[in-house]
Amino acid sequence: MNLARFYLDNSREVVGLVGQHLLLVLSSTAIAVVIGVPLGVLLTRRPAWRGPVLGLANVFQTIPSLALFGFLIPLPFLGGIGARTAIVALVVYALLPIVRNTYVGISGIDPAVREAARGMGMTDGEMLRLVELPLAASVIRAGIRVATVVGVGTATIAAAIGAGGLGVYIFRGVAVVDNTLILAGAVPAALLALGADGLIGILERRFAWR
Amino acid sequence: MSYRLGDAPPRAIVEDVTFSVAPGETLVLLGRSGSGKTTTLKLINRLIDPSAGEILVAGRSAGAVPSYRLRRGIGYVIQEVGLLPHLTVAENVGLVPRLEGWARDRIDARVSELLSLVGLAPDRFAARRPHELSGGQRQRVGVARALAVDPPLLLLDEPFGALDPITRAELQREFKSLSARLGKAMVFVTHDVREGLLLGTRIGLMQDGRLVFLGTSEEFRGSSHPEARAFLEAAA
Repeated sequence: MNLARFYLDNSREVVGLVGQHLLLVLSSTAIAVVIGVPLGVLLTRRPAWRGPVLGLANVFQTIPSLALFGFLIPLPFLGGIGARTAIVALVVYALLPIVRNTYVGISGIDPAVREAARGMGMTDGEMLRLVELPLAASVIRAGIRVATVVGVGTATIAAAIGAGGLGVYIFRGVAVVDNTLILAGAVPAALLALGADGLIGILERRFAWR
Repeated sequence: MSYRLGDAPPRAIVEDVTFSVAPGETLVLLGRSGSGKTTTLKLINRLIDPSAGEILVAGRSAGAVPSYRLRRGIGYVIQEVGLLPHLTVAENVGLVPRLEGWARDRIDARVSELLSLVGLAPDRFAARRPHELSGGQRQRVGVARALAVDPPLLLLDEPFGALDPITRAELQREFKSLSARLGKAMVFVTHDVREGLLLGTRIGLMQDGRLVFLGTSEEFRGSSHPEARAFLEAAA
């Protein structure tokens, strides 16, 4: 039970790193929602943009996270060493599932429902607010759920560019070949991912309409 | 009122259709599938814009107001899917009043009044969702919703098309007495000639996008037009 011993000895540091980790994930997911949901809605209004936008998001998804962090460091404003750069990279990764699910959720609505709503005299904005977003909500939430869980894992890499988080233990453990140290970072990161998944799942059921 | 509709691109789906509907009158548009009945209906509330011609609603050109304004003043009842699945019965019926910015308690009162009018007890049905209703109940809710802001004109697109024969006959009877009481102008699309003859004060027969016959039920029964004969023989 080396791990338990380690946590007892370093409880203050562990709590700090978990906090940093959560902050990285929550802020990047929140930013990705603010950008991604409107972008997904926009794609339903401009179908011609769908290919290029989703394609670009796909390409970003394929860049290994360590490389993306590296690419961002020399950039002005977005880059540098620290949490800001890490959040930018995490937002890039979180965007694809959110944009795609928003687009898919809205375009999957029965066209007859949309026409009925239009026939009642809804404006475009009312349609979005009262029909499209509520009906697509479960699919959009699923996208946010995926983005969050993936974000918890990817955020461990953020330690490589000095953004903190549980990755600090993992990198330190790899450097000094200490499995206990690696586990000290990896186990709580995995628990966070499971916890986030479960929590969003509970929220999903609470707000489900059928 | 008069509606003059031109043809819709790219092919002539509806060609040179001219008719008018007066308050208290139910004009039935009868025709086979693909004859342009539904398109004609959608031209009236501008879900489709005419490529030529003019539609007048309550004496004003339909093109003169924003299309969403026009539609809020026209009740629209369609087959099956018309209700929004994520809203309760009360929210569906109260939707157009809500869009129009009515006060909460005025909407509630109106919803109860309308549900009673279409034969659904408000305290039993208001909080249900559309998937918890039978087909007949859903269509009643659809009619209640179309009447919500008391529009002078109602468009009905095969509202009873998906119902079993018994429920359908029951709703047809109720609709007939309701429409006599309400005194609204109605355009009712159907391919069922019996339904058309039962509910229509006038019949407009459509074939290949054209209005080939327009007249009262009696005139329709006596018509020598081949399409009218075909419909009457199929029902006999």
